[in-house]
Amino acid sequence: MEALLSVLIGVMIASAVYLLLRARIFPVVLGLSLLGYAVNIFLFASGRLQLGSAPLVEHGLAQLPDPLPQALVLTAIVIGFGMTAFLVVLALRALREFGNDAVDGGDKP
Amino acid sequence: MNHLVLLPVLIPLLSGSLLLLTGRAGKTVERSIGLVATVALLLVAVVLLVRVGGGELMVYYNGNWPAPYGIVLVVDRLSALMLTLAAVLAVASLLYAINGDDELGPRFHLLFQMQLLGINGAFLTGDLFNLFVFFEILLIASYALQLHGGGRTRVRAALHIVVLNLAGSAIFLIAIGAIYAVTGTLNLADLAVKVATTGVEQAGLLRAGGLLLLVVFALKAALVPLGFWLPPAYAAASAPAAALFAIMTKVGVYAILRVHGLVFGPDAGAAASLLTPWLLPIGLLTVVVATLGVLASRELRRLLAHLIVLSAGTLILTLGLDSEAATSAALYYTLNSTLVGGGLFLLADLIARERGEAQARLDREQTVARPALLGTLFFVGAVGIAGLPPLAGFAAKLYILQSAFLHTGASWVFSVVLLSGLLVIIALSRAGSALFWRTGNSAVLEAGAGLLPAIATTLLLFGTAALMLGGGMATAFTQATAAQLADRTVYIDAVMSNLSIVPSPHREGGS
Repeated sequence: MEALLSVLIGVMIASAVYLLLRARIFPVVLGLSLLGYAVNIFLFASGRLQLGSAPLVEHGLAQLPDPLPQALVLTAIVIGFGMTAFLVVLALRALREFGNDAVDGGDKP
Repeated sequence: MNHLVLLPVLIPLLSGSLLLLTGRAGKTVERSIGLVATVALLLVAVVLLVRVGGGELMVYYNGNWPAPYGIVLVVDRLSALMLTLAAVLAVASLLYAINGDDELGPRFHLLFQMQLLGINGAFLTGDLFNLFVFFEILLIASYALQLHGGGRTRVRAALHIVVLNLAGSAIFLIAIGAIYAVTGTLNLADLAVKVATTGVEQAGLLRAGGLLLLVVFALKAALVPLGFWLPPAYAAASAPAAALFAIMTKVGVYAILRVHGLVFGPDAGAAASLLTPWLLPIGLLTVVVATLGVLASRELRRLLAHLIVLSAGTLILTLGLDSEAATSAALYYTLNSTLVGGGLFLLADLIARERGEAQARLDREQTVARPALLGTLFFVGAVGIAGLPPLAGFAAKLYILQSAFLHTGASWVFSVVLLSGLLVIIALSRAGSALFWRTGNSAVLEAGAGLLPAIATTLLLFGTAALMLGGGMATAFTQATAAQLADRTVYIDAVMSNLSIVPSPHREGGS
């Protein structure tokens, strides 16, 4: 499972970097979202992966899951969501100002 | 437990919320709330500075949770010093802004307080994840402040900053995940203990995490090769925002000093002195690139933005010298460069207003309405930032060079710092003569701003003179700060000593 997860994270980050390097607003927003997802899964995995465990606490369970990464992921999701919303609004404003969707916003059409 | 520690976070948060509620109550109310809150912040910061001056750390356990489990805020000499510096800068920027710049766009005062919340939180937190959270608060406020006033150049610069910093946040989280996976803690004091005992087999992940943190902090501090977003952004930002931003690169440098000094210090086991080989070359390179930027600038504000990068580079190369004297020198340099840098941004705006169409461009002939006042201020600022005697910039630079004397890289430090100093003097004198002497017989435009902005600018620029007059006191404090940072056990013991506090519903209040 660890191998599968690491490959998954790797593929997501690679796709995100590709999208970021397109330097057009919409791919960049998608890329940043994808990067956020990959990072969240990575954070989640930093608390070790366990199968068949309780979500947080259960009596009689020998090994309890680590709750901290879950809290971190939750915070990261909220912050990432807010930032993406801001970026989309800013991108729309840039589109209006420059008339094109290049992140460099060049004056060229 | 001392609740005073919470105030630098609480004051901007509450006043910001109040500003949100009184959004339509008119500018007088907004300005009063903003000003009262910021002055109160300055007072609190000074009280904290005095309280921790003796060497005792103040630790605040949120909700009375014991150290490695709960969230802690820590004030040591370094935090208190940075808090005070930020508050001074904020008061001056706000004084400048209430002359009319706050009306360029909506909600300036709210954003200003949120920016302060993020900055203060970053200086106070004793926890890696909360450093991330406060960074995000600081950043999202800075995006909006960057946009304050609107216009094409601001939108473009803001778009760059947002995309870059979102990628930076992702890297920050990856670093946090990697470090947590190895150590199982994010409390800085606890991390320092755990990292020191980490085995070699897990050191790779830990070192990767530490170096990723350097990438993030270098992005914030605008170091080469991650700092090219800064000059266009700061040059485009409105004056009070740009002046406050002068502390933002220092937040990045602070984070490097705090996290890497504490967690990846010389006795950090397999990850010991992780950054020492990196900081000096990065700092030198940043200084070189920024000096070229200063020379190539055709506009005063862009020149100043490059000077901000230059000061961040100088700080990093000084920290790269990795000695107590160097840390002390870096702190003294921080005080001077932040105050003067912020003051010069305000001054550039005053100059730009009085030159009409020519703005602050250095290649147009246009005289200013108050050449005596602005010329004098420019002279003081230039002398202060370029490091000429008799102002504090000179003492700071001398102090840095003195601390580099016995280092193996001393020849590089000396040649780069001195040569860059010379080139900066040339660039600044060229700028000064373009602005104040080579003005032809162009028509004099009316003075754009009243007395208040000039007072705010003077306050910051003469900070360098105050630092020179109080130089003995200032360096004594920075030396004590450096000594406190070098002795990591003080910090660790102060934070971790409260393991016995267990929160319980039956207990009355705090300890």
